Amino acid sequence: MSMNRIGYYLKEGICGVFDHGLMSFATVCMIVSTLLLMGGFSLLAVNINKIIADLESQNQVAAYVDENLSDEEAEALGGKLLEVGNVASVTFITREQAMESFLSQYEDNSLFEDIDASVFRNRFIVNLEDLGLMETTARNLADVPGIVKVSAHLEISRGFITVRGIVNAVSWAIVGLLLVVSMFIMSNTIKLTTFARRNEIAIIKMMGASNGFIRWPFTVEGMFMGLMGSCVAFMLLWALYTLLARKVAASALGFLKIIPFGGISLYVLGAFVGVGLAVGVFGSRVAIRSYLRV
Amino acid sequence: MIRLEHVYKSYENGTQALNDLSITLEDGEFAFLVGPSGSGKSTIIKLITGEISCTEGEVIVNGYDMSRISRRRMPRHRRLLGVIFQDFRLIENKSVYENVALAMRIAGASGKEIKERVPYVLSLVGLEDMMHAMPRQLSGGEQQRVAIARALVNNPKVIIADEPTGNIDPELSADIMTLLTKINELGATVLVVTHEKDLVNQFAKRVIRIANGRLVSDGNGWYIA
Repeated sequence: MSMNRIGYYLKEGICGVFDHGLMSFATVCMIVSTLLLMGGFSLLAVNINKIIADLESQNQVAAYVDENLSDEEAEALGGKLLEVGNVASVTFITREQAMESFLSQYEDNSLFEDIDASVFRNRFIVNLEDLGLMETTARNLADVPGIVKVSAHLEISRGFITVRGIVNAVSWAIVGLLLVVSMFIMSNTIKLTTFARRNEIAIIKMMGASNGFIRWPFTVEGMFMGLMGSCVAFMLLWALYTLLARKVAASALGFLKIIPFGGISLYVLGAFVGVGLAVGVFGSRVAIRSYLRV
Repeated sequence: MIRLEHVYKSYENGTQALNDLSITLEDGEFAFLVGPSGSGKSTIIKLITGEISCTEGEVIVNGYDMSRISRRRMPRHRRLLGVIFQDFRLIENKSVYENVALAMRIAGASGKEIKERVPYVLSLVGLEDMMHAMPRQLSGGEQQRVAIARALVNNPKVIIADEPTGNIDPELSADIMTLLTKINELGATVLVVTHEKDLVNQFAKRVIRIANGRLVSDGNGWYIA
């Protein structure tokens, strides 16, 4: 393809956007609204996943050490626990620390004045890599010589896994559905613009233009509108997300850690540009197909 | 060369547009194709341009068998034709220059060739001063001259003019026809479809007369309806 022809396609495609201003505006608005919906929903899903992951990380396993072992022997078990699969980290808690922690739970702890640290066991707080493997990991931890008991909240971990699975499935299903719907709407919107230009297409075809020669300016036009739509949608989502994050932080839900937009902005921009371009190109190529059979 | 050999054409609604029609136009020939409305003139043009194909018979244009031509070859075939329509069919949002240049772009001409050739062809039709005007700013006669320039710009072997004077003032019709005869003198085969008897009679050229899809007469001279 010669530079002269590439220049022509670019010029025609970009001029086409402005020559058919109203239809282009409608198409860009359509892209912006569908991308906003998709982007908004994806960010909601990502945040829910993050919140669940944070909560999961707080669901720890306690491994109690045999009371016959000395403090040094007990602490030395940490290395063996780390060798167990799915263990992310271990923290050693001495009998004294365990007692302090126990007493701090009660405002009036005069009842436990005479309690001795020796009634508590040395223990390890174990963080897991994958909460889904908690049951197996707990069994493996219990098998480590010197560990006498393992305490794990299996019901809570199962609950988290179920919630995360549902959130993932629902959010991706909705994002997929929105993508298909937006492609369909886009292709229909572009069909309207090409319908208005069907005579122009017929004239050019009669002059001996190949399908590619006719299609490329429309493809460039679709790409340009997709690009414009994705940039506008990105900026709007940025503004709306930041505003919403501030409102959440200032409200009773302030304990929820919302992912800052700056940390995910490049992914969002990449996804928006990719989807915007794909929708624009696909929409324009589908829309023009029927007018090429002259 | 254009050759129609025992051509039949019937449409899906049952209309029999052409009935055993045979016509041959040699290279460099000029002919008027005349006949009343519904006689099959437009069908002949569509067969030549490849918009439709015949039900039976053979249509050969510039060596292409139109019933066997592939989709890929069709653009190349159309680039060898210059077609002029009654309603001009200019692209409204392009200037006179761009309308003519488009035909060259389609044929794959370079930017330099376009810059040299378009002003020259526009000067042939007397529109060199209106290069940057938009079609809506031109009269009917001027728009038709732009359409002629567009048809001419790629030096086509064959020029087909479908009622080229149908939408312009009678006094300008003779000018347009004179222009077409000059193009013919430069070597192109020209087929002019018209039903303007007086205009045809001003030029002593071959007249092919059809009615009801059949050839009525074919010869040099006058058009007697």
